[in-house]
Amino acid sequence: MRKNLNVIAAYSIMMGLIILVGIFQSWNIALSIFNLCLISAVMTMGANIQWGYAGLINFGIMGFTALGGLAAVLISVNPVQEAWSAGGTNILLSLFLIIGIVLAVRFVLKRYQKSKIRNYLIAAIIIGGIIIIRLVSEPGIEAIEEVNPARTGFLGGLGLPIIFSWIVGAFFAGGLAFVIGKVALGLRADYLAIATLLISEIVIAIIKHEDWLTRGVKNVIGLKRPAPYEVNLQETEWFINLVEKFNSGKLALISDITERQAALNQFVIEGSSVFVKLCYSGLFLVVVIILLILTQKALYSPWGRMMRAIRDNEEAANAMGKNVVKQHLLIFVLGSAIVGIAGAMLVTQDGLFTPGSYRPLRYTFLIWVMVIVGGSGNNFGAILGGFVVWFLWIEAAPIGLYLVNLTTAGLEDTHFLKVHLIESVPYFRFLMMGIGLLLIMRYRPKGILPEKIEIK
Amino acid sequence: MDFLNALILLLNYIFVPALAYGSQLAIGAIFVTLIYGILRFANFATGDMMSFGTMVAILFTWYFQSLGLSLGFLPTALLAIPFAILFMGLYMLTIDKFVFKYYRLNKSPPVQLAMVSIGVMFVTQAVVRIIIGPSDRRFFDGEKFLIRANEFKEMTGLNEGLAIKSTQVITIVVTIILVSTLFWFLNKTKTGKSMRAYSDNEDLALLSGIDPKKIVMITWMIAAILATIGGVLYGLDKSFKPFTYFNNMLPIFAAAIVGGIGNPFGAFLGGYVIAFSEILLTYAYKKFFMYVLPESMEPDGLIQLLSTDYKFAVSFSILVIVLLYRPSGIFKGKIL
Repeated sequence: MRKNLNVIAAYSIMMGLIILVGIFQSWNIALSIFNLCLISAVMTMGANIQWGYAGLINFGIMGFTALGGLAAVLISVNPVQEAWSAGGTNILLSLFLIIGIVLAVRFVLKRYQKSKIRNYLIAAIIIGGIIIIRLVSEPGIEAIEEVNPARTGFLGGLGLPIIFSWIVGAFFAGGLAFVIGKVALGLRADYLAIATLLISEIVIAIIKHEDWLTRGVKNVIGLKRPAPYEVNLQETEWFINLVEKFNSGKLALISDITERQAALNQFVIEGSSVFVKLCYSGLFLVVVIILLILTQKALYSPWGRMMRAIRDNEEAANAMGKNVVKQHLLIFVLGSAIVGIAGAMLVTQDGLFTPGSYRPLRYTFLIWVMVIVGGSGNNFGAILGGFVVWFLWIEAAPIGLYLVNLTTAGLEDTHFLKVHLIESVPYFRFLMMGIGLLLIMRYRPKGILPEKIEIK
Repeated sequence: MDFLNALILLLNYIFVPALAYGSQLAIGAIFVTLIYGILRFANFATGDMMSFGTMVAILFTWYFQSLGLSLGFLPTALLAIPFAILFMGLYMLTIDKFVFKYYRLNKSPPVQLAMVSIGVMFVTQAVVRIIIGPSDRRFFDGEKFLIRANEFKEMTGLNEGLAIKSTQVITIVVTIILVSTLFWFLNKTKTGKSMRAYSDNEDLALLSGIDPKKIVMITWMIAAILATIGGVLYGLDKSFKPFTYFNNMLPIFAAAIVGGIGNPFGAFLGGYVIAFSEILLTYAYKKFFMYVLPESMEPDGLIQLLSTDYKFAVSFSILVIVLLYRPSGIFKGKIL
């Protein structure tokens, strides 16, 4: 108990802050912050596995998040029959062609000795393949995008419950990570960072512009939900009764019946959105706890010790007979898969998929700030980092506004400096993140909750 | 005649824009590579430092405009550049003193410095947005075109026009002057040579009496010059928007690595490699083939290898290929 005191203290303070937001702002805001904190926590766990356990830099978190989101779309949206009949065969054909090209390249690589001719042959296969694929897929893509472009214009998905996408998202992200890992993991740290950053940009470019698959910048809205809809809740008997019971004290104070009814309606509307958010919180909490147990078990297993050995001294681990390359690839895939889960969770919560909103600052660098601030190598630290940083990111604007009002109290309300500063309050979050990161890196480089290895 | 038309078409839509864009990337790439070679970290604040320099230049431009100063047909921003560079140098030295110096003296691994540069990125971004706001700003004044498309048509009697914006010419001329001075400085002067020695082998350089403090200071000053000029040129040619500058960091990195990071000349060429491949691969060649081929063979598609949406993706794919087959870049840089 004693040695975990700082962990407990840090988490209590964090929960206290969120409850304070609930009391002073509204429970709706508090819960939406809490939910996004949980999602961020999943992302940081993924990044922490890669950076904290194995020392791999992955600046491609944005790409894996977007792939998770794509999975949510492809799983939950109902298939668009017309689009399938219009261009489905062409798309399937191109898919087989891609598989064919990959197999052909593999065959050439295995069959022939390393030589210039082999390189040319591979280049010829790839270029020829791309040209054929374009010829095959283009009419299909055009036909699909012409099917009711205002509402669909894409192939749609499988029409399954959206919860499945959390697993599929993990597989998507893991698959991409496998390919990237095969290509880029041999590079040294800062090269790997830049390479993954750029590859994630390519992923986003594809998601943004392949309208037949993702609707691109037209966004996919109105995804299915694992939680009930507010509108339905507001008409359900038991829910109204529940809200009534919950607020009976406040309602009893109002004597007029029509007024009381109006107040009850208000409470029901507020309550329904809080209830929906609570449903999400429950689901997310389950994911976070399962992942936490798994990662914690892994950290203290022989495998976890091996990973740390590889991180701290690659050559020595190699000399001890550990397959460093294989383990790096494994952990890169695992961490990215967790990020993929988070991406699918995020889209599930929002109910919409907006490829244009994936930006490296929010989905890569901010997650890294979370990991570093929280404490890399320590799962509790990484989760705490997700909570603290996301909380500050959201609450930076109110805090900034307060600070601006405080420092410019002597100025008139119309003074140009004050007006300008109040307009730029949203950007104080960048300032806070940057200064926070710099201070932590300088004075507490291991994060708020540093890595602590106990041999059990 | 048709052949000439086709040639002018390519000049107008590919060669001139790519040359200007490539020059802007090249300056940024030299900035990245210099920081990497001498201070030994990947600077993720590159784009935002450039936007800071440009912001200062814009503020000075506005001030000069309010005073009624101008350079005639040249943009006033050129007058503001020296002042902006001074500010930028001060800003960089301050950051170095309060942030980077500590890690440099502690001999921290490059990864840690890269993380710190992310902190600097956040702070710089906030400062820029708080001071000038996130919106798009055009600060170009003066004569817009050197040659207008229809003037060119009248002059030569060709069907295709060639438009040359004055910003493109300014970009190219300034780049040539700047880069050649820089290479002269690095290769011929004593300070430049000591910088190269320091980059090549720190311990040996220190043994032979090179003062690291001086090297670091000069590096930041050169970086300030490059960042400001690169940023202003880009802003003059297109427009100034903090978010675009942040995003420009990516092709700049690509250029620096393609050319071989740590090698200024490689970075310079890398900029053009990235710019030309982006534009060559995303240009629709339909009109070109209409001129070149006989009428019966005219293409019906756009003959575009990749849609323009994939502009950025092209440069990143080139980078990935280079990383795979020649991790040290086209011109051998430091092997990472």
